[in-house]
Amino acid sequence: MNSTTDGLMVDKVHVWRGDRHVLQGVSTQVHPGELLHVSGPNGTGKTTLLRVVSGLLRPEQGRVTWRGQSIASHPSDYHAALAYAAHEPALKGDLTALENLRFSVGLKRRSSPPELRGALERTGVSACADLPARVLSAGQRRRVSLARVVAMQASIWLLDEPYANLDTAGSELVSALLQGHVEQGGMALVVAHRDLALRCNVRRLELNS
Amino acid sequence: MTVGAWEAFWLIVHREMRLSFRRPGQLLQPLVFFLIVTTLFPLGLSLQLSLLRDIAPGVLWVAALLSSLLSLDSLFKSDADDGTLEQLALSGHGLTVIVAAKTVAHWLVTGLALVLVSPIVGTALGIPTDAFATMLLSLALGTLTLSWLGAIGAGLTIGLRRGNVLLSLIVLPLATPLLIFGAAATERAISGTNVVGAMYFLAALCVFTCTLAPFAAAAALRITLE
Repeated sequence: MNSTTDGLMVDKVHVWRGDRHVLQGVSTQVHPGELLHVSGPNGTGKTTLLRVVSGLLRPEQGRVTWRGQSIASHPSDYHAALAYAAHEPALKGDLTALENLRFSVGLKRRSSPPELRGALERTGVSACADLPARVLSAGQRRRVSLARVVAMQASIWLLDEPYANLDTAGSELVSALLQGHVEQGGMALVVAHRDLALRCNVRRLELNS
Repeated sequence: MTVGAWEAFWLIVHREMRLSFRRPGQLLQPLVFFLIVTTLFPLGLSLQLSLLRDIAPGVLWVAALLSSLLSLDSLFKSDADDGTLEQLALSGHGLTVIVAAKTVAHWLVTGLALVLVSPIVGTALGIPTDAFATMLLSLALGTLTLSWLGAIGAGLTIGLRRGNVLLSLIVLPLATPLLIFGAAATERAISGTNVVGAMYFLAALCVFTCTLAPFAAAAALRITLE
């Protein structure tokens, strides 16, 4: 397969939310070893685009293809290759950080507790592994949700505002993770307001109202 | 190393059970409601055992339906609120598998628990011990059917802020056949007549919902996820 069909293509996607025409014919693409940085003012549909690309939201017009096929035609394969981190960290407060990882990563691939602890260590929250998620700070939760993305070992990362709630070291960590992922031939779609300052292939998409 | 559907099913059941047992208070609420409502009847009515026996099946089943409804609201709502439902939807397993696993787990911690405490209620209402076997089996089938019906209602009402009232309005009319055949089976068991007909109907309803409700509830969830 050549590189043009190996990646993700967003083809003239239109989405209406009630009367609002949120996405007006957005087209873009991202290939293995490349990162797509989606930016733009609030309310211009960045998260909506991410949800469309993830397959959670079906566009009224246009389509998203992966490896040359529409993602709606083979959702299981596509979702198995996908790690999505929404703006909410999606952690269960009553479960520990490690259990949260175990039950969500476990649906994608078989993983062992030491492996999951390793992922938490990479994002700097290994000390929180056995604490219930409800006692963690917003930044620590973000790091746990990043550990989940890492542990899924997916080839496509969709991250919504991964820098939110993070300190300087945390932001550097996100950049390092993204860089590592892309350099190993992964794909990433990142919604972020700030400049990413990465030394890998970055494609930019600016959404405007 | 992909994960099969069965493995995913059991993992979600495991997760749900663990979450439930971390909140024992929430787990006990419907059970305590069931016990209180059913014991209020003998207290409020005259102490004639024959009258109590006459109304026992109806009281038992109405209370079981209402207490099952109490916990249905939380079936998908907390997962939808914190974003976990999106993660589940993107796990690479169909929503049908996810819905089925969550509903089975819900039945294990609410319906089955209700079945297990029903002998206490049966004794309070003067149901003879000979009828307990029929009562337990009919309640087990009935609560499982109700969990499936509830999954459809819960899937449809996730997005609403006061969805629990609407949920009751959707589910209770669908549950009337359950009440009719469930109460009939228990009544016949008390009077010692043949219960087979009513039990077959309950079993048929259970199989019907087990096979079709996961698809309907998954479709409802898909709409609310968008």
